[in-house]
Amino acid sequence: MTKLVQNEMLKLVRKKKLVVIALIIGVLVSLFTYAQFKIVERTVERLGEVDWRTTLQQQIIDTQNRLTSSRISDEWRSQLQLRIQQQQYYLDKDINPMEPGAPTFMRMFAENSINLFIPLMVMVVAADLVSSERSAGTVKLLLTRPVKRWKILMSKYISLVLSVSFIVAMFGILSYLISGIVFGYGGWKAPVITGFTVEGGELNTAGVHLIPQWQYLFMVFGLVWFVALVVGTLTFMLSVLMRSTAAGMGVMLAALIAGAILNNMVASWESAKYLFMINLKITDYLAGNTPPIEGMTLGFSLAVLAAWGLAALAVSFSVFTRQDVY
Amino acid sequence: MSEITLAVRGLRKVIGKKEIIKGIDFELKRGEVFGFLGPNGAGKTTTIRMLVSLIKPTSGSIEICGYDVETHFIQAMSQLGCIVENPELYPYLTGWENLEHFARMLPEIDIQHMKDVVKLVRLQERIHDPVKTYSLGMRQRLGIAQALLGKPKVMILDEPTNGLDPAGIREMRSFIRYLAEEEGLSVLVSSHLLSEIQLMCDRVAIISRGEVIKVDTVDSLLSLQERLIWRVGPMEKAKSILEQWTPVTEGADGTLITIYDEEQAAGWNRSLVEQGIAVKEMQRKLPALEDLFLELTGGETVD
Repeated sequence: MTKLVQNEMLKLVRKKKLVVIALIIGVLVSLFTYAQFKIVERTVERLGEVDWRTTLQQQIIDTQNRLTSSRISDEWRSQLQLRIQQQQYYLDKDINPMEPGAPTFMRMFAENSINLFIPLMVMVVAADLVSSERSAGTVKLLLTRPVKRWKILMSKYISLVLSVSFIVAMFGILSYLISGIVFGYGGWKAPVITGFTVEGGELNTAGVHLIPQWQYLFMVFGLVWFVALVVGTLTFMLSVLMRSTAAGMGVMLAALIAGAILNNMVASWESAKYLFMINLKITDYLAGNTPPIEGMTLGFSLAVLAAWGLAALAVSFSVFTRQDVY
Repeated sequence: MSEITLAVRGLRKVIGKKEIIKGIDFELKRGEVFGFLGPNGAGKTTTIRMLVSLIKPTSGSIEICGYDVETHFIQAMSQLGCIVENPELYPYLTGWENLEHFARMLPEIDIQHMKDVVKLVRLQERIHDPVKTYSLGMRQRLGIAQALLGKPKVMILDEPTNGLDPAGIREMRSFIRYLAEEEGLSVLVSSHLLSEIQLMCDRVAIISRGEVIKVDTVDSLLSLQERLIWRVGPMEKAKSILEQWTPVTEGADGTLITIYDEEQAAGWNRSLVEQGIAVKEMQRKLPALEDLFLELTGGETVD
């Protein structure tokens, strides 16, 4: 089995997939670092060198002003109210939610990439793992060896898991190194508040506690890895089912984008919570943001994602081991 | 010599409601080149893909060196080397890396054996170049090297000379003979060209519409189908004389056609001449695949 995985990794590396992904991540991180830097610069320009408490206070007042508008929808209103409560909580506890530094940037970047950017990168690897062998015809050579078909597919899946881990690690390392140039490399021990829960539209702070940023980051990246793995597994299934890599990619892309759009409009469509793409932003549970559909919890989302992943694996293996290759 | 290396019994494949392969039986012996001859769409490729377990047969059994492919997959496939259609290797790897890749899928292949195989297909000089820079002939040779890696007893080659230039075809042919005669492999070669089969095979199975119509040695199949074309006059009289020995048909352009029989032909000619028939031309005609097919299938067209 090790030898088979070695084969798959060799092919991945020689196709230069991982290098391309690392490059894309590098470019994007630089871009966002620059954008973030500009934002900070402008705030300083506008308000002068100010204490973060003043900025946070200003944000709360801004949001309250928006709430007075009558054209705001009920859902949006309750979300804004929750945000105020949360910011107030930070203020009361005298904790800066945006402690400057590379770790904070990493956290923000990961939280914003979890439902689209990271899955996209994983797709680049997963989409053609099987379908490229089929369209190139090399699958005929693979399947006529004295190796059982499930072993061949398993070696491909293991190499996918390795690649996903590599991509997530790359993502973390690059965003830390690059953003650190601008924001400094400190801030690992800055306290972060987690454990907010939303019950009936009210922010519940009973379970709230402080943890150091590194620990929080660890959790965020764990979740990012899990989401990436599930998306990878689903793409892997499409790669088994479809001969064309482009078609598999297209389907997956459509699902992800639909998920991003649906996230903002499914509040009243309850059964949508069983769709995998609604459950991708699981870092929101850590930050205490309102879930897209009421009643969704971290455990629920993890279970839904795991179910989709396992089903995809089962389909992949049963199809691949039985299908006729023409 | 008559050790059976590949036995196919009652092989059938049904796709949807259509029966593509309708019960195929044949056997391969050690050290022989076996031809698989049929027009496009006769079921050659489907059959071959079933033999190398790319396609699952609906029913029937395949045994390679005594191991059933269904129940003893690993043991059976260890005895098999194959190229199905074009040898598609990884273009972004070098020839040597491709071989290493496939060697890792086999139990314990030592470097020396890999080097020997490379030498055998004469790719020593280019083996460390990327496969995308190879010519078709070189890819074909690398494909064979890859098939020989596992020291197989049975070699299955689907249309091995397809797309090769004349020199490449000749080289491939002698290579296939070498494998059978010197290395003692059983080689199964498919082709839609009779001349191909004729030049390199010992025995041949003719397949049409998913059935094996005939399995025979190439020699007897050809002699059976060889024709003697007579241009004689007067025709009617000559026909009645010839019909004493053998069935005669009339050709389209005023000729008579009989089978070719090396022992008898001279005698037939003599008696025609003795009875005052003018024999203007006697032509021995090798069968074209088309004729062979018309004969065997009773009118199925070859495309």
